[in-house]
Amino acid sequence: MASLLESTSQETLHPTATLAATASLPRLGSPAPDFEAVTTHGKIRLSDYQGTWLVLFSHPADFTPVCTTEFLAFAAIAPDLRKRNVELLGLSIDSVSSHIAWARNIKDKFGVDIPFPIIADSNKEVATLYGMLMPGESKTETSRCVFVIDPTGIVRAMIYYPLTTGRNTDEIVRLIDALQTTDKHAIATPANWHPGDKVIVPPPSTMEDAEARTKAGYECTDWYFCKKTI
Amino acid sequence: MACIGSKGELTESARKMLTALEHPASPEDVAARTDLPLFRVRAGLREMAEAGLVELQGASYAPTELGRSLLAA
Repeated sequence: MASLLESTSQETLHPTATLAATASLPRLGSPAPDFEAVTTHGKIRLSDYQGTWLVLFSHPADFTPVCTTEFLAFAAIAPDLRKRNVELLGLSIDSVSSHIAWARNIKDKFGVDIPFPIIADSNKEVATLYGMLMPGESKTETSRCVFVIDPTGIVRAMIYYPLTTGRNTDEIVRLIDALQTTDKHAIATPANWHPGDKVIVPPPSTMEDAEARTKAGYECTDWYFCKKTI
Repeated sequence: MACIGSKGELTESARKMLTALEHPASPEDVAARTDLPLFRVRAGLREMAEAGLVELQGASYAPTELGRSLLAA
C-alpha cells in the first residue's frame, strides 16, 4: 500500500478513493470475516455455515425492481444449490421488518417463497466488513456483491455488479460447479466451462513433469496446454 | 429463528429440534433428524440454549426441564 501511495499522485485518484479502507477487505484464499447478524431467520453467525458452501450476496434495497428479479432468480436456484451443499444468505441495509414485508410481497405478487435468510444490516457492520458499500455508486445502498465461501470458511470467489445490472444466477451455479470440481479433481476449468466439458490439467512445474505429461494420455496442444476428461 | 412465539409457545422449528433431542445429540444429528439446514440448527440450538430450553453436554445438546415442559404443553 505504501509503495502505491508513493508512486501515485494524489491528484490522479478519484475523489472517492480510500486506499486505506481496502486493506481489510476480503481476499481470495483468505478466511472470510466472521460476523453475527440479525436475519429473517434469527441471529446467524458465519460459523454456523461451517461444513457448507455459502453464497453471501448483497442487494441495494428491498422493494426495488431489479432486486426483486434477482431474488426470484436466487430463489429459483436455491434447490440446485442445496443439492451441491450450498446455502444462500442475502443482505441489505434494510430492517428485518422490511425484509419480511418484501419477502411476503414477493410471495403474494409472484407466488415465490424466499427460502434463504436475509441479513438486516441496518448498522452497515457486515457491509463494511465485506466492502459491499461503493461510495462512488451509493453511500446508503450496498452494491450487488457475491462472496462464495467454502466449507472451511475461505473466500473462494467474489463478484461485484453495479446497482443498475442484475446478476446472472446461472453463472453463480456454474462458478460453484467449477470450484467444487477443482477441489475434487485438482484441475482447473477453462473459459465458459460447464460440467461434462474437458478440464485443464495444471501446468507442469518441472521439466520432468513436462516430459511425463506428453506420455500421460492427456489431450495436449502443447506441453503447457493439456486437457482431460473427468 | 425465534424459538418462542409471541404467546410463549414453541415455534415450529424449535418444536422440531426439541423433539429430535429425545436423546442428547449434536447439531449435525439434529439436522439429519429434522431435515433442517445445519446452519439453522446451529443458530436455533444456540438461541434455545440462551433461552434455557436446551443445554450443552460436551458436544451434544439435551433439553432442559423448561424445554421438556414447553414441548409437552
